[in-house]
Amino acid sequence: MYHHSEFDRAFVVDRAQRFRDQVNRRISGALTEEEFRPLRLMNGVYLQLHAYMLRVAIPYGSINPDQLRQLALIADRWDKGYGHFTTRQNIQFNWPKLVDIPDMLDALAAVGMHAIQTSGNTIRNVTADHFAGASADEIADPRPYAELIRQWSTDHPEFQFLPRKFKIAISGSPNDRAVVKSHDIGLRMIEQDGQPGFEVSVGGGLGRTPLVGQVIRDFLPATDLLPYLESILSAYNTVGRRDNKYKARLKIAVLELGIDHIRDLTEARFAEIRPQFDGTDQQILAQIAAQFSAPTLVDGRGTAEYDAARAADPVFRSWSDTNLHAHRHPDYAIATISLKKHGSTPGDASSAQMRLIADLAERFGQGDIRISHEQNVVLPHVHKADLAALHAALREADLATANLGLISDIIACPGLDYCALATARSIPIAQQIATRFDELKLEHEIGEMKIKISGCINACGHHHVGHIGILGLDRAGVENYQVTLGGDATETMAVGERAGPGFSKDEIIPAIERLVGAYLDIREDASETFIEAYRRLGPDPFKAALYPQKEAA
Amino acid sequence: MARAFEPVVISANDLFDGRVIYLSGKDEWVSQLQQAQLITDEGQAKDRMAQALALSDRAVGVFLAPAKAGPNGPEPGHPREAFRAQGPSNYFHGKQAEDA
Ligand code: HEM
Ligand code: SF4
Repeated sequence: MYHHSEFDRAFVVDRAQRFRDQVNRRISGALTEEEFRPLRLMNGVYLQLHAYMLRVAIPYGSINPDQLRQLALIADRWDKGYGHFTTRQNIQFNWPKLVDIPDMLDALAAVGMHAIQTSGNTIRNVTADHFAGASADEIADPRPYAELIRQWSTDHPEFQFLPRKFKIAISGSPNDRAVVKSHDIGLRMIEQDGQPGFEVSVGGGLGRTPLVGQVIRDFLPATDLLPYLESILSAYNTVGRRDNKYKARLKIAVLELGIDHIRDLTEARFAEIRPQFDGTDQQILAQIAAQFSAPTLVDGRGTAEYDAARAADPVFRSWSDTNLHAHRHPDYAIATISLKKHGSTPGDASSAQMRLIADLAERFGQGDIRISHEQNVVLPHVHKADLAALHAALREADLATANLGLISDIIACPGLDYCALATARSIPIAQQIATRFDELKLEHEIGEMKIKISGCINACGHHHVGHIGILGLDRAGVENYQVTLGGDATETMAVGERAGPGFSKDEIIPAIERLVGAYLDIREDASETFIEAYRRLGPDPFKAALYPQKEAA
Repeated sequence: MARAFEPVVISANDLFDGRVIYLSGKDEWVSQLQQAQLITDEGQAKDRMAQALALSDRAVGVFLAPAKAGPNGPEPGHPREAFRAQGPSNYFHGKQAEDA
């Protein structure tokens, strides 16, 4: 785990104090809402439909047990006993009172957490591969780089008033688990001549104009990271459009001016500023890397208990088939705790569940916990011999759902149940799909499937990159759901294609059932996933299943 | 031809806790949509909006929310307003829980 420095702590304590003053001035009437709004947004405080919402950053998805317990305490004391983990590796509290938020920020600051730069036209929480430091396919742990970026970007004077919000994601493996190409800057770690570096892409984004990031540098040596990022941002600050909010993201500049132009600007700037970096950034990086205490992985304990438990218990076997990933140490596994029990709200965890996860991370997982952009919780270093005990403890708390990567492991944004921008609900659609396919007992038969749901065009639920994407719209005051097909959130990122007219809230679940039924009928065999079948056959057979009456006509 | 004026209520969120509030005919901010004043013509909407803004010490984001007349007072005129009046559909939280 990374240990925050004293400087960091002083900074977040100070910010919480300043926000307390601002809240007091708002309540006394000294500040108008117009004056206060940007200040609260800078501290992660939104006003949603029913209440304020506090968004707390979980930098690069890493959190330790004490921090998670503190989130549980905050949920109990100032909210309704739960929190919502989001695709941006944040946690959102849906019910805080404005007057309590300064106390919540103090409680966060006490464990080195904060809500800074979770909003506003700044560099947002840097997101990373949730298997960082653990996965078998990793070149290097991306988190020290993510932390370097966080320190460099936090309160950076040049980047507090960008044309628009700015998102950076980083993956430590060529296999992208952080959807890097959907970000303003995507960093995918690769190697050249044994040296780590990044394939750098820019101009990705979802929202109303979904775009796949384009490669601006095939290979950037890792040592050039900060000056290069600074060069991209500097180019963006120059060409980014401030006249139109909908055209202000870097992706629009890349689209309008072309990647070559952006590259020329960036490289020219890079030539100027690279010499100004005297190696201090590399010293800081080394210090940061040293702060990430590596897990102590023991050899020789063997995996006989694991094999025996798998043979004896089909429920454990099913869970270990779906919810484990390969660790770089053969005796260890990366265990994912699903926050997608059938019928529950995707990404929600109760305070009791948070406490249990914190305890289990200490008992079995070296105190390391990750929040994935897929709204699940990851214990990255569990010895295989401990997995059966871990699973048994998770079962007690409704946390042992064996559905990772399956049809019920749905990403869904808060939608019209909470969000002031929403045009339709997302959560009940996710709940109904999960419940329906659980009833049909088809989930494991269907295999890998990514359904992603957003409650409006902003695409917080990543619907554009779902194998099946669902976008909730408002059609003359009625919720309506549009389906996209063939999206992909990995290193082969693709934006899904709209299938046709939308469905009402009563039609959408049967439509998805027809779609999945068609896939089961036309796949070559059980090893061909939905997305593979879609790529082989194109959209037509899937559209025919969605709109059967059209075929007949 | 101008479109017929769709009835509205004046709504906002409470500054302290973010709760949804409505303006009543007695110039009070109330919690229940049914106690809100239903406004059925455009001129009245303009006047009441101006008055509401003057009364907005504790009201954030004052706006005209679509509504319709019901047997016991105004009812939501849009799904969004239905959720605001009631609370989310995934948990029994918000106003629906307070009524009980
Ligand atoms: C108060 C609630 C929220 C508000 C007001 C909000 C607002 C927005 C807006 C306006 C955009 C479009 C940005 C653009 O295209 O320039 C957006 C995009 C996005 N938001 Fe949210 N959002 C909210 C909640 C969430 C939640 C809960 C998540 C995670 C589950 C999330 C994750 C994202 C992501 C991943 C994108 C798309 C990536 C991008 O292109 O930037 N947001 N959000
Ligand atoms: S996609 Fe729309 S409805 Fe969903 S959280 Fe984002 S802004 Fe809200």
